[in-house]
Amino acid sequence: MGCGILLSSGGFDSNSFMIHGIFKYSFFGHEVWITNTHVSILIILILLTVFAILVGNRFKKAEMEPKGLQNVAELIVEFLDGIVDKSMGKAAPRYYNYIGTLFVFILVSNISGLLGLRPPTADYGVTLPMGILTFILVHYAEVRYTKPKDLWKDKCSPMPPWLPIWLPINIISDLAVPISLSLRLFANVLSGTIMMALVYGLLKWIALAWPAALHVYFDLFSGAIQTYVFCMLTMTYISNARGDA
Amino acid sequence: MDFNENFVLGCSAIGAGLAVIAGIGPGVGQGIAAGHGAAAVGRNPGARSEIMSTMLLGQAVAETTGLYGLLVAMLLLFVKPLV
Repeated sequence: MGCGILLSSGGFDSNSFMIHGIFKYSFFGHEVWITNTHVSILIILILLTVFAILVGNRFKKAEMEPKGLQNVAELIVEFLDGIVDKSMGKAAPRYYNYIGTLFVFILVSNISGLLGLRPPTADYGVTLPMGILTFILVHYAEVRYTKPKDLWKDKCSPMPPWLPIWLPINIISDLAVPISLSLRLFANVLSGTIMMALVYGLLKWIALAWPAALHVYFDLFSGAIQTYVFCMLTMTYISNARGDA
Repeated sequence: MDFNENFVLGCSAIGAGLAVIAGIGPGVGQGIAAGHGAAAVGRNPGARSEIMSTMLLGQAVAETTGLYGLLVAMLLLFVKPLV
């Protein structure tokens, strides 16, 4: 049963692009599954860690005129810092680490479809925590840099502060931020993954070489755009919450 | 009246098809954004990169509603909540 038309075209397994468990273990009486998402994340983590260690070793004997690996690393770091600088102004140095980490992780996750992995960002359990982290940072900045009175006034905003009938709506729109932020990334990467799985699963004999063009669009272009958008929106929300501080 | 599983599945497929009609809105919106972006680059070619990043950001935000429709379709087809 299930996707009848898809199945009738011969050996197409809708599980090939879904999250599936690899093995399970018992964690304080709960059944916990290790899925292919965990495996992908682990591989990406190992890749990034090895790269970081190599760069760290290289930078112990850094030169004034960079070449080779040092050049690449400086390029990456300058690019990431430049993005943060451009949209956060003088608050930027505090957020280099967070945005940079987020950017590198999401980008490598999104293009890991090229390595034959299932992109971890196509699992809502990966993107939602990132959305929640952003949410926490935004509201930490908001509480820290605005006076309670101004905060209250802001939350009742179209109405005067003594008439808080707009408060619930503002709170709901605040709560919608991490959900829409994470769903956007998740749905984009998931749709790309499913599209590629459909192409490979349904057009088995015809899918020779030309799906590379689709990979360029779905994995590289879409992945890079969504990474940029996620980081950009995170920075926009944070700098809005900080105000001028 | 009770329906068998195949009927519900067929209706889910129709619902999934209807859900992705949501893609029309973002398509129009992204087109408008791209058009205005192109016009802005024509007026001020120096600000090309700024315009580009702003446009892409706006388009990605506009895309969200379409993706919600897509998500509903995916849920109906693959998670099958109604069967």
